[in-house]
Amino acid sequence: MNRKKLQKLTDSLNKNCKHFSKFEVKCLINLFYNLVGEVMERQGVVIGLDRNAFRNILHMTFGMTDDMIMDRVFRGFDKDNDGCISVTEWVYGLSVFLRGTLEEKMKFFQGFQDEIVNLLFPGLLFVDCFEVFDLNGDSFISKEEMFHMLKNSLLKQPSEEDPDEGIKDLVEITLKKMDHDHDGKLSFADYEQAVREETLLLEAFGPCLPDPKSQKEFEAQVFKDPNEFSEV
Amino acid sequence: MGVALTRSAQWTAAGHGAKTLEVTPLNEAIVKEIMMFVESFIYKYPQEANYVFVEPLEWKTNLDPSAFGSGYAVSETTVKSEEVDKNGEPLLYLSVPQIKIRSFGQLSRMLYIAKSMKLKEAQACIEANRNPVAKILGLDYNIINGKNGNSFVSSVLDKMNKDDDPESEIKMKIALQLKQLDLHLLNHSLKHISLEIRLNSGTVKNDIELLKQFSGKGEQTVLESIEYTSDYEFSNGCRAPPWRQIQGEICYVLVKPHDAEILCVTCSKEGVFLNGGKTDDEGQINYERKGEIYKDLVTLLKEKSAIFSENMSKQEVKFSEQLQKDQPNKAPKEEVAVTHKTSITSRKSAQENRINLGRSQLTKRLEPSLNWRTSVSSKESRNTLRDTQVEKHGGKLEKSRSSLSSGRAQLIRKSVEKIEEIISDSSSESEEDEEQPDHRQEANADLPSEYWQIQKLVKYLKGGNQTATVIALCSMKDFNLAQETCQLAIRDVGGLEVLINLLETDEVKCKIGSLKILKEISHNPQIRRNIVDLGGLPVMVNILDSPHKSLKCLAAETIANVAKFKRARRVVRRHGGITKLVALLDCGKHSAEPAQSSLYETRDVEVARCGALALWSCSKSYANKESIRKAGGIPLLARLLKTSHEDMLIPVVGTLQECASEENYRAAIKAERIIENLVKNLNSENEQLQEHCAMAIYQCAEDEDTRDLVRLHGGLKPLASLLTNTDNKERLAAVTGAVWKCSISKENVTKFREYKAIETLVGLLTDQPEEVLVNVVGALGECCQEHENRIIIRKCGGIQPLVNLLVGINQALLVNVTKAVGACAVEPESMMIIDRLDGVRLLWSLLKNPHPDVKASAAWALCPCIQNAKDAGEMVRSFVGGLELVVNLLKSENKEVLASVCAVITNIAKDQENLAVITDHGVVPLLSKLANTNNDKLRRHLAETISRCCMWGRNRVAFGEHKAVAPLVRYLKSNDTNVHRATAQALYQLSEDADNCITMHENGAVKLLLDMVGSPDEELQEAAAGCISNIRRLALAIEKARYS
Repeated sequence: MNRKKLQKLTDSLNKNCKHFSKFEVKCLINLFYNLVGEVMERQGVVIGLDRNAFRNILHMTFGMTDDMIMDRVFRGFDKDNDGCISVTEWVYGLSVFLRGTLEEKMKFFQGFQDEIVNLLFPGLLFVDCFEVFDLNGDSFISKEEMFHMLKNSLLKQPSEEDPDEGIKDLVEITLKKMDHDHDGKLSFADYEQAVREETLLLEAFGPCLPDPKSQKEFEAQVFKDPNEFSEV
Repeated sequence: MGVALTRSAQWTAAGHGAKTLEVTPLNEAIVKEIMMFVESFIYKYPQEANYVFVEPLEWKTNLDPSAFGSGYAVSETTVKSEEVDKNGEPLLYLSVPQIKIRSFGQLSRMLYIAKSMKLKEAQACIEANRNPVAKILGLDYNIINGKNGNSFVSSVLDKMNKDDDPESEIKMKIALQLKQLDLHLLNHSLKHISLEIRLNSGTVKNDIELLKQFSGKGEQTVLESIEYTSDYEFSNGCRAPPWRQIQGEICYVLVKPHDAEILCVTCSKEGVFLNGGKTDDEGQINYERKGEIYKDLVTLLKEKSAIFSENMSKQEVKFSEQLQKDQPNKAPKEEVAVTHKTSITSRKSAQENRINLGRSQLTKRLEPSLNWRTSVSSKESRNTLRDTQVEKHGGKLEKSRSSLSSGRAQLIRKSVEKIEEIISDSSSESEEDEEQPDHRQEANADLPSEYWQIQKLVKYLKGGNQTATVIALCSMKDFNLAQETCQLAIRDVGGLEVLINLLETDEVKCKIGSLKILKEISHNPQIRRNIVDLGGLPVMVNILDSPHKSLKCLAAETIANVAKFKRARRVVRRHGGITKLVALLDCGKHSAEPAQSSLYETRDVEVARCGALALWSCSKSYANKESIRKAGGIPLLARLLKTSHEDMLIPVVGTLQECASEENYRAAIKAERIIENLVKNLNSENEQLQEHCAMAIYQCAEDEDTRDLVRLHGGLKPLASLLTNTDNKERLAAVTGAVWKCSISKENVTKFREYKAIETLVGLLTDQPEEVLVNVVGALGECCQEHENRIIIRKCGGIQPLVNLLVGINQALLVNVTKAVGACAVEPESMMIIDRLDGVRLLWSLLKNPHPDVKASAAWALCPCIQNAKDAGEMVRSFVGGLELVVNLLKSENKEVLASVCAVITNIAKDQENLAVITDHGVVPLLSKLANTNNDKLRRHLAETISRCCMWGRNRVAFGEHKAVAPLVRYLKSNDTNVHRATAQALYQLSEDADNCITMHENGAVKLLLDMVGSPDEELQEAAAGCISNIRRLALAIEKARYS
């Protein structure tokens, strides 16, 4: 990719991305092409990170372990749902992933509602943290989904007769805490209200955002030397 | 006594013949009481003692006729008293073995004669006369049948109305006496019953288990064997068959001592006794009681077996220790006693007994045990605990086993508390500390539902991964953490340990959640202490370094809560917390930081606020104040003070105010131009902020420059206007304090007068708490130094309330009041008012106050009073013993008191008559004794007094004799002109005596005085010159004498 094109891409992305500076956008684009590697040179093929590559990044860089959650995060990045993350999706995704405000993170990616983004991604899927947890996509987090996500969260106590009892109880506790309309499942409104009351509940059912430490490391690594990237 | 006898006394159930009293401690006590009553009757009520009973009391006696002496007609088998009734019948008639007695006098005498047998006689009498009251007073007075006390009284009243012959009056008196005795007996027996040791299944079981441990073959054991007769234990802990349990029996034991046959023992609620033993057929037990009732098994066995008793005493040490451990406390005993009271009338009812047993078990579950040990886990305190415990064990061998171990635990606890140097209220907490862990284990049924929910959540905290932990933490936060039940529940289920543990992980979210909870529950003083014990503070101090601001904030806020007591503050300091907290204050400067903060972050200002909050808590310890200063906290605080957020300003000003007690801080506060901002914030709307600002000014305004700064920055006006708002007493105290200190500067007083603050202050002299009064009076005292203000105070009617305050007891207040009154007395017109209100007498009586400050201040105040009072000499003499009191104060140790008293004496001595009186009281030797001092203030006043006192009789000579002259000469070397002047005058007076002149000359006074003649002070010149001329004249006279 020539410099001119890169410059253009950087400019366009930077215009719509309030969380990164121009330089940082450039760094991220560079990183993206580094990760994608040789594939990018071929014309006509959609270039981007596929599911496995992306999960690998999440695991290696951000220390995520839960397959299911990582899958959901991939879906969160992959706005056009084509099974691979383009450079635009990459930059926007990271912008929320790393720097998003509470609202943005709550509505994972929903923050870019401005027209240009809409133009860029016509079939924009509003996937958010909430949707990361809404496994079947019915806009509700049901008890079963919660159970599914929390099932590994408790240490199995050999003494207990029903190992799932604790999990069930935990689900009940969560519902009691978050289900404000008492319909036995979490709507987005429930979720939003609960998170506004207690930010800690943003990742109520498992970490789907980078923890602050790995985030710092990632940023430090990617944005380290201005000169190094400007030449590429 | 009738009621007591029928209801309380325990009659044997035997149905045949005359009932007899059972041999029980209770009966014995009742009989003794009655006996004492009768014995003393003849002395206490001699008139009533002659009253003749309606019917004689009659019983079989064991007394021998020969025992009766004078006053009786004694024959072989009969005795007749010489005392007879109006029909000539003897009042005592004994015809072996029957005895009839018809008066209390004879009863008393009979008991006296019976000597050692009187108890038996009394018992026999009571047994034979089941209704003594009826016999004594006649059936009309039979009060046993009275359903209640009222009927008795009404019947008595009826009688009174019916006939009014003298006999019925006596009868009435006796009836009342007996009624009183009856009540006394009932009360007494209740007391006795509650004292009686009631056994329950638990205590019995413990005894038996313990004895089993010390049983077996061999020399050292106490018993060969001890066994239950039945292996089946009912749910209530009894082994006796149900139909026997009704009788209160608990179990039967077969005991084989080393030196006796097998004993079959019944353990019942009443005590322990031997029963009829096992009947041969089918192992049945003969339940009949065969011996005395003992209070417990050990006492019974000691009685029955010598070897047991001997070996027991050897084992005593171990045994009692064990008993104390195993049988944590006998609290249920009391409970049983209470239930027993209720059951006293229907004691045989089986239902009741069962309830008793049930209840005692219930209470046993609730009782505190030694488990408190688990609740303290800090190593340090654990060790001390053990040590103390060992000590206690060693020391308590003598103590009876009934010493409650919970009490012991408390003692130990308290001593630990002392070691911990805890300042806040601890005694009440220590009790709760002990009881709580027990609740956790035993009294499950009584716990609120929150307890169980919290316990469950803590379980998830322990066993969950990050996600589960966060959910559990969030859920726990939803409980009402301000409520003590929840706070203690978290602690009791081991939640504190987990929460503190979470702080050491890498999980930011868990740390945040944990701190959010700790922050809330640490409002509870017990929890604070537990957090410190569990080592929570160092962890939190480490978190202060974290890059996450919200974490820092929460940690600082929690520290602010925890560091409310001394030990916690020390821990924070030792772990470098102060430096880190001061560093938090520094965050405030990058206020324009980019908003790219991460999810869990807060603003820098918030961080600084939390830091200040924590510092505020910490700044209550002296060493911490130093640390804050060394860490460079003052400039940072000064900068934060420039912000306009009240949330921020309150902790900042709070810290400054706390620290301003130190000289270093006051200097720094001046240097950092903090006063300006303090003054600015006085104008704030927030009352708390105003209070702290005023408080800080109060602390700082000891310094003159600071006072000027307050004025220059326009602080006096807001202070004056805040005086008018009297609702918030704390703030009022702080504001009046600031006014007081500021008014030490004259310019400030002028300003205050402009703002009409003096009038307001006078208005505050009534109906205010002492803290406010002290300051108000202090301020008025300063204002009074000026003539104009004194007039204002008088015109506002301020003198009366001031004089009224002279009768208070608050030391600080008295010091200020006396000063103010003294200042007012300078004005002759005011003095008249003071005199009219008897203020001088009140001041004079304050000379007896135990506090030297008050004494001195009162004495200073007296000086202008004496100066300005009309007919002062007469007034002083009117105080009886007043002069002697003043002279005796010269024996005080306190320099200020001495100086002030000297000043008073100077004024008193202006009146010749008074001077004569104090001379008689020995003022000269006392003053001379004081002469050797280096205190310039004392020197000055002492010299003035001496010069005054020289005016009487041969006092000049006396001063010389008491060696007061030489030290006075040395005063001339002082640097204080006031001392010089006073001394020169004193020397001038003394030099009228020749011997004194010689002493002065010997001590080199002439040269010093010659220098003084050159002084610009005319009085000094004159006095010095006069003295020199006296000395010179003496020399000339001697010369003249020599040559003539």
